[in-house]
Amino acid sequence: MLKQTQQLHRVVIRLAGDSGDGMQLTGDRFTAESAVLGNDLSTLPNYPAEIRAPAGTLPGVSSFQVHFADHDVLTPGDAPDVLVAMNPAGLKANLRDLRHGGDVIVDTDEFTKRNLARVGYETNPLEDGSLDGYQVHKVALTSLTVAALEGHEITKKEAERAKNMFALGLLSWLYSRPVEGTEAFLRAKFAARPEILDANLTAFRAGWSYGETTEDFAVIYQVQPAPMPPGTYRNINGNTALAYGLMAAAARCGLPLFLGSYPITPASDVLHELSKHKRFGVLTFQAEDEIAGVGAALGASYAGALGVTTTSGPGVALKTETIGLAVTLELPLIICDVQRGGPSTGLPTKTEQADLLQVMYGRNGEAPVPVLAARSPADCFDVAIEAARIATAYRTPVFVLTDGYLANGSEPWRIPVIEELPALQVSFATEPNGANGEFLPYLRDPQTLARPWAVPGTPGLEHRIGGIEKADGSGNISYDPANHDHMVRVRAEKVERIAESIPPLEVADPDGDARVLVLGWGSTYGPIAAACRNLREEGVHVAQAHLRHLNPFPSNTGEVLSRYDRVVVPEMNLGQLSLMLRARYLVDVAGFNRVRGLPFTSTELADHLRTVVKEVAGA
Amino acid sequence: MTGTTISAVEAGLGPSGLYGVPLVGEGHPLGKKDFTSDQEVRWCPGCGDYAVLAAVQSFLPELGLRRENIVFVSGIGCSSRFPYYLDTYGMHSIHGRAPAIASGIAVSRPDLSVWVVTGDGDALSIGGNHIAHALRRNINITILLFNNRIYGLTKGQYSPTSEAGKITKSTPMGSLDTPFNPVSFAIGSEATFVARALDSDRKQLTAVLRAAAEHRGASFVEIYQNCPIFNDGAFDPLKSPDTRDEQMIRLEHGQPIRWGEQGRHGLGRDPRSGQLVSVEVADVGEEALVVHDDHNEDPAYAFALSRLSDPPIGRTPVGVFRSVRRPTYDDMAREQVAHAQSTQGPGDLAQLFAGKDSWTVD
Ligand code: SF4
Repeated sequence: MLKQTQQLHRVVIRLAGDSGDGMQLTGDRFTAESAVLGNDLSTLPNYPAEIRAPAGTLPGVSSFQVHFADHDVLTPGDAPDVLVAMNPAGLKANLRDLRHGGDVIVDTDEFTKRNLARVGYETNPLEDGSLDGYQVHKVALTSLTVAALEGHEITKKEAERAKNMFALGLLSWLYSRPVEGTEAFLRAKFAARPEILDANLTAFRAGWSYGETTEDFAVIYQVQPAPMPPGTYRNINGNTALAYGLMAAAARCGLPLFLGSYPITPASDVLHELSKHKRFGVLTFQAEDEIAGVGAALGASYAGALGVTTTSGPGVALKTETIGLAVTLELPLIICDVQRGGPSTGLPTKTEQADLLQVMYGRNGEAPVPVLAARSPADCFDVAIEAARIATAYRTPVFVLTDGYLANGSEPWRIPVIEELPALQVSFATEPNGANGEFLPYLRDPQTLARPWAVPGTPGLEHRIGGIEKADGSGNISYDPANHDHMVRVRAEKVERIAESIPPLEVADPDGDARVLVLGWGSTYGPIAAACRNLREEGVHVAQAHLRHLNPFPSNTGEVLSRYDRVVVPEMNLGQLSLMLRARYLVDVAGFNRVRGLPFTSTELADHLRTVVKEVAGA
Repeated sequence: MTGTTISAVEAGLGPSGLYGVPLVGEGHPLGKKDFTSDQEVRWCPGCGDYAVLAAVQSFLPELGLRRENIVFVSGIGCSSRFPYYLDTYGMHSIHGRAPAIASGIAVSRPDLSVWVVTGDGDALSIGGNHIAHALRRNINITILLFNNRIYGLTKGQYSPTSEAGKITKSTPMGSLDTPFNPVSFAIGSEATFVARALDSDRKQLTAVLRAAAEHRGASFVEIYQNCPIFNDGAFDPLKSPDTRDEQMIRLEHGQPIRWGEQGRHGLGRDPRSGQLVSVEVADVGEEALVVHDDHNEDPAYAFALSRLSDPPIGRTPVGVFRSVRRPTYDDMAREQVAHAQSTQGPGDLAQLFAGKDSWTVD
């Protein structure tokens, strides 16, 4: 039958089902198809903390949201336009987020009495009018898939399991996606099991044909490619970008990459990714605990590698003492904290920004550590390189903050040309530096205050370093009060001087007369930028700035803050950056804080900022 | 980082623990002085650590290694000051973590001889986890555990090797914990080389240190060390000429296990239970004695030896308990890299980053 085609500028789809339904894979494939088509996009996977929560229950719901558009996309989208619910649990857990009047595609086969009861539906929502405000498409996904696979040499269970591919085929048809990539992906994935490959391909194509023939879907949609700067792109999530950034950084430094790590959600995928790349000379060491992970990384740095450890907040707590040692040894070390909800075990699979004060101040003594934060999944790559630059140039541990939202969320990434990445020159000490031919391990570079990096194996530079306070210059143990005061100040000064090497804080204020500045850090960038864009379209003037360097701050930060009548700082914590800014600049910044384990929506941010702008205008 | 290295494969024992570490070469022998740093040694007078330091400083030159390719890593405690006094590369790290740091060094650099100096509290209390895992991984490091059965640096609390019932400042009515036997601990942690030595017996200590350095893999050496300030005389029965022959069993590979005046006691096996028992050599004859075999793959053998210090035998063995071959973690980790590079070719970042689903915008 002939279908009508409608052009859309943007669509947000959420796929929801049981954790065994393959929603993440389906979402990934739909995303890849959209990326190849040239849409800009952003994704948000959301999975249960339990590995296999009981099937069909609310805690077992796994979902994947993708926002794709013909223009620049900043967030995975506040409210989905389309919800694909593979079972009653998926519907119940997600319906409240759906845009009013949005589309609901459900697998009717799963809406049995038993499944409904399991999630507390007393009557069937497909029949009792509770979906009246939505466009409901009832599709017998499971039985249609099983029927399409009749005659295949597979079990009924295997046939049922292919229903996600049927759903993907249907969606691919509905949104006019290119399918070659998915077919190639399936061929590679099931190369060893031809019967399963056949079943998946058949189900995928059956979903597409079903769309073409059924009368339930009268319209097909198109979303044109988004204009993007020339280049080669791929879709990438934050953890992969972080791993690649570390590899690129090591290559640019000319150092071997050594990762010492202990598995922890949501950082483990960085360990998994780097473990795959031994041919690049990457050594990964899965340690016995978080402490040994960072200890081995520090040992590797001492021995002349780029030592890295990856973790989340609870792991940072355990690594703290070793990070303090790295501060006083003045050796390069990168500590990546993929933040999750806290305190304690908290919300392992959910996002939060509440480790900022921990990484800033969570050590004994005066132990300053530079802190960087990535703003988007692809930005994790650039931040890793910047961390390596600071760590090697200043001989210091450096924190990289990302979070669960960046780690698993994805967006298109313009693949960099390796040779165009910053050249990170690293030079080891080779000669004694003392007046009498002796080696002084704490003799500093007058500009950066960095000490020499003298790796074992270098003749004539044998020396001892340790956690005990040492005399500046010689590095010998020193309990001298004046020396200690001096060393504490030198270590602080060294970190402060990094500000001389970082770009100033940039402010986006296209109208040029905003009186309210919204200042963020980390993964709130997307929702804040989207909120600002929407406000400006409404005629509300607001300025936006985003911090990548949290310690030290860019040199002009105080000046920027002082230019505005009001500074709003949205954070997924109770005001940690606010506290730092107030303490440092004596500016009465106003926090906007939500700690739900979820990213901000651009709508709530826009609503809040609109009120603030009005207040300031009226004052 | 170049130069000649030890390449000889010891008969039956596999590559030396020092394989890959550059040698000084002929004509430039180093001496004890070369390994002595300019730092003033600050242990209490009479501390057993002095004797161990002197033994290590004198013995290191014999290995023929370049000084700059030797790294000592320590934790926290009296013994952990050790690296400051040696003119090699050294790191005095934090409490209990030296094996973790040393693991990172050893895995990244096959051209270094890596040593860990630790104590009973550092290794077996706060750092128990790391020592166990370094041993089971068989990382090519040499661990010297100075056991004085007390906390010295914090001024005299009981340690995890103090005998139960120990009266200290923190246990005025006696400690309640069963102590660790460090040798048993190491064997239980899958160690491939386990030995024990006395601070005061330079000859035996040096022999054990040499064997430990040459063993490829994690070598564990417990050194009984006297703390005259807080636990004086803890090992006197093993040191006093009147008692030592009766109390101490010297283990020698290939020799029947005997002790006492003129070796009159020996170690036999109960024919029914197979358990080690003390026998009189005069009664059973030397042929009935257990001949020490430190290459015995079965850890139960070395473990049983480590328990001889308990009743009913109550005699303390010193020497090498266990020395078996097993591939080392660090060698295998580097082999995986080499294998990946030889089968897949060296990595190409541009190709990796492009992945399988890239697209181009003109
Ligand atoms: S306290 Fe004991 S172990 Fe420590 S230095 Fe003094 S004598 Fe040696």
